[in-house]
Amino acid sequence: MYEGAVQDLIDELGRLPGVGPKSAQRIAFYLLAADPVDVRRLVTALTEVKDKVRFCTVCGNVSEEDMCRVCRDPRRDLSVICVVEEPKDVVAIEKTREFRGRYHVLGGAISPIDGVGPDDLRIRELMARLADGDVTELILATDPNLEGEATATYLARLVKPLGLRVTRLASGLPVGGDLEYADEVTLGRAFEGRRAIDI
Amino acid sequence: MYVRQLSVTDFRSYDEASLDLEPGVTALVGPNGQGKTNLVEALGYLATLGSHRVALDAPLVRAGAERAVVRSVVVRDGRDTAVEVEISPGRANRAKLGGSPVPRPREILGALRTVLFAPEDLALVKGDPSDRRRFLDELLVARYPRFAGVRSDYDRVLKQRNALLKSAAAARRQGGSALRTLDVWDQHLADAGAALLAGRHDLVEGLRPLLDKAYTAVSRGGGPVGVSYKSSLPDDVAETADRELLAAALAAGLAAVRDQELDRGITLVGPHRDDLVLTLGELPAKGYASHGESWSVALALRLAAYDLLRGDGGEPVLILDDVFAELDDSRRTQLAEVVAPAEQVLVTAAVAADVPEALTGARFDVEGGRVTRVR
Repeated sequence: MYEGAVQDLIDELGRLPGVGPKSAQRIAFYLLAADPVDVRRLVTALTEVKDKVRFCTVCGNVSEEDMCRVCRDPRRDLSVICVVEEPKDVVAIEKTREFRGRYHVLGGAISPIDGVGPDDLRIRELMARLADGDVTELILATDPNLEGEATATYLARLVKPLGLRVTRLASGLPVGGDLEYADEVTLGRAFEGRRAIDI
Repeated sequence: MYVRQLSVTDFRSYDEASLDLEPGVTALVGPNGQGKTNLVEALGYLATLGSHRVALDAPLVRAGAERAVVRSVVVRDGRDTAVEVEISPGRANRAKLGGSPVPRPREILGALRTVLFAPEDLALVKGDPSDRRRFLDELLVARYPRFAGVRSDYDRVLKQRNALLKSAAAARRQGGSALRTLDVWDQHLADAGAALLAGRHDLVEGLRPLLDKAYTAVSRGGGPVGVSYKSSLPDDVAETADRELLAAALAAGLAAVRDQELDRGITLVGPHRDDLVLTLGELPAKGYASHGESWSVALALRLAAYDLLRGDGGEPVLILDDVFAELDDSRRTQLAEVVAPAEQVLVTAAVAADVPEALTGARFDVEGGRVTRVR
């Protein structure tokens, strides 16, 4: 145990995801030795993230204004919505530069064990967006685990009466990887989702 | 295959122990409570990632230590493979194969195959259905490691669905919305359950002829021994390994009992409620077979499992933990004759006289957590 402020800092850092007691201690002593200007910049960033950042009223992504950058962008395709679990998934897909539609962030996945049901996710907001008829395709990009699959199945059933094209991201082998290193579940999925080669 | 070396650190009563082993028979001899079973339990853990004695990992770690490590060198077709697992209760276990860490411990499954006979095996005949389901699933994983994933997927869906049923029961009284997702979980449970059922059906099919043969070998008549899989599904899909048929049957089964499930808050249909029915002559072995007959059926099940694994290639290591003391003379002799030709057999016994003559080989004395080779 360290005295007062240092221990408080270590305890607070240790509560962050992915930071154990050892890492917390290392970060705390780094901050103690760091230039006060650097530390002040970090403090400002922390305060601003809580003060300024809001959630986009359309898609639920993090944003500094009422609407996020993607929803504000007039060049985006209004006929396609990609449904993801978390804002970080938006960033991951944006990096590909492949997707030109807009997003919908659910804020999690259905998981009865954690007490998360459809009403705890932004599903009602999604249905409202689909109601005005501009959207023709819904891409379900929830995580490829049990809870993500269950959420995708639930959404697919829910929007079926609307007659949209509903698609699910493919799962299978990572690009640039070796077949032999793929685990059996992934490889099995890749077999199920195999497709003919066009020549 | 055979195990060339086994060493443990902070496992059960041992702080450190290491044994060099050879093909053929090796006996571990010592008074009760000295740590013989702990050594074969460690080997069994490498093969199944579970203990044959306890359901949780905590008792496997020596009191006062944080984690236990089990290492072995397995020789298969003349090639050495190092298999290692680090057991940390309450945290994720870690495993290494050939010296390199693997992303998930279950990836070492299949590197070492064992068939373990133990006094606990009597529960295969006399115990609860869960004991027999565990036998089936462990054998399934030993044959096809991908079933470790199938099994854990099924367990996870089941947990989620049961959690939903519990909260839905409360929601139904208040007119809530939790019920809407039940259809989704039904579908996932049916898919995952069908994969597991297909594997179990196929396995029972494979065991059936071997079981009767094994029973005859250890008991001298009294049979025939029959085995069938008892599920809550209608008879026309009872034996099939067709996943689509099974998934449809499971979904229909779930739909039929939904009200009951909501009342009780648990899933009432699926492979987690099934059983393996063993029969001796015309009668079920459970409840009708004598103590000696029950033992013979249990031994026959293990021997059939051994035959099945051997048939797939990669002969498993046989482990006989304290079983000879439980058997009468004729069963003892017969079992010894059946297992003697195996590539590697490990036997534990409290006194050397318990080990039948047909199983004479290397011998280690185990006393007070010290292992010394005497022959």
